[in-house]
Amino acid sequence: MSRAAQTGDVPAVETVGLGKRYGQTWGLQDCSVQVPKGAISALLGPNGSGKTTLLRMVAGFATASAGSARVLGRPPAQNEEFLASVGYLAQEMPLYRRLNVAEHLELGRRLNPRWDDGPARGRLTALQVPFDRPVATLSGGQHAQVALALAVAKSPEVLLLDEPVAALDPLARAEFLASLATAAAGTGLTVLLSSHLLRDVEQVCDHVVLLASSRVQLCSDTETLVSSHKVLIGPRRGPSECERSFEVVRATHTERQSRLLVRGPGPALGPSWEVLEPDLEEIVLAYMGQDRDSRSLAAGPLSLVVATPGGAR
Amino acid sequence: MSSELSKNLVSFRLSSTSGVPAYLQIVQQVEHALRMGALGPGDRLPTVKEVVAEIALNPNTVLKAYRELEVRGLVEGKQGVGTFVLARPTGPPPGTQERLSRSLQAWVRKARSEGLDDSAIEALVRSALSPATSSAQGAA
Repeated sequence: MSRAAQTGDVPAVETVGLGKRYGQTWGLQDCSVQVPKGAISALLGPNGSGKTTLLRMVAGFATASAGSARVLGRPPAQNEEFLASVGYLAQEMPLYRRLNVAEHLELGRRLNPRWDDGPARGRLTALQVPFDRPVATLSGGQHAQVALALAVAKSPEVLLLDEPVAALDPLARAEFLASLATAAAGTGLTVLLSSHLLRDVEQVCDHVVLLASSRVQLCSDTETLVSSHKVLIGPRRGPSECERSFEVVRATHTERQSRLLVRGPGPALGPSWEVLEPDLEEIVLAYMGQDRDSRSLAAGPLSLVVATPGGAR
Repeated sequence: MSSELSKNLVSFRLSSTSGVPAYLQIVQQVEHALRMGALGPGDRLPTVKEVVAEIALNPNTVLKAYRELEVRGLVEGKQGVGTFVLARPTGPPPGTQERLSRSLQAWVRKARSEGLDDSAIEALVRSALSPATSSAQGAA
């Protein structure tokens, strides 16, 4: 069955008004997202924007302070049925350092009811990962491949990955994402993987969730996102004039020119305007920048204590 | 090991800076392989799984490329078997591109040996391609 055909039913991951408070501060606030079944979704946002918090609550490892989460229609819980359907890979990708790959696979087989490590073994063999050496002696890229292989062999329906490629060199990153895409191909597996850099994961993702300042800025499949935005370049207009005609996400003005990233339709423009299709990164950066602008205006002197999106380029 | 021999007839590569959507890059590379004769009717394209294992791409992107090739009448997907080449794109017979490419390469070598750099060569090619030049030559 095609992956697109599965998107009509219950979302793989759905949150409504989800929030998590740590003492006085909200780690995540009013978070409503939907990730369709079969999607490979990039959970983006600067460091400290709530990505890990969201993943941990969806995985059932942290309880919500507000709102609710559902995975394949079920609330996260520490019971066998839920845990069997969800795979979670923490950022540090914990493995038993002294055990080798074969021993990890054997352990997984004994502990998991739906264990199927055939494809994962094939992939690890193709990548020449040694099965007989303690995982402590493997390279960072091999370590990540083993952790992913174990998470996939569990045969989850939803796989949650926290910054899986942040620590990998470019070759290891490409190989990791290739393994992930292979695991998802033709299986209907839904993947939600966090990253603070879109470019690191852009090729494998067909869906994007953007968090900033502990809130959801975007949640959409990439195709819709790109086709629903336009870049307009033309003679300078005042900000208010732009806002009347278009839903402006980001405007940059020079003395003579205006460059607008707009959402949705607007009035027809004269020949002095150039209309371009933005790429995904441009859109994501515009929404990140929009959040930063509104925060610095609203927060005033308090913005000193708010973390800046240092990971964003 | 840095050299690999793929069992597939074609392998794809993606440029993230070209501005061309990934699915279209695959479509263009299949069409190119067909024109160059590297792929012919009856040949099987790599499966989605084989493609994404090689170039870390969303599986749906590969499906979209293969659907586009089907719409263009170049390939046919057979459920559970694979995607097969039906026809070559319309145009000159295979080998034509390769022959012209060889003579163009010889021309580029000559241009370089006479001191033209790449941007000067590109400018010459562009002007040769421009409608004004070609119609003038057609009229001559």
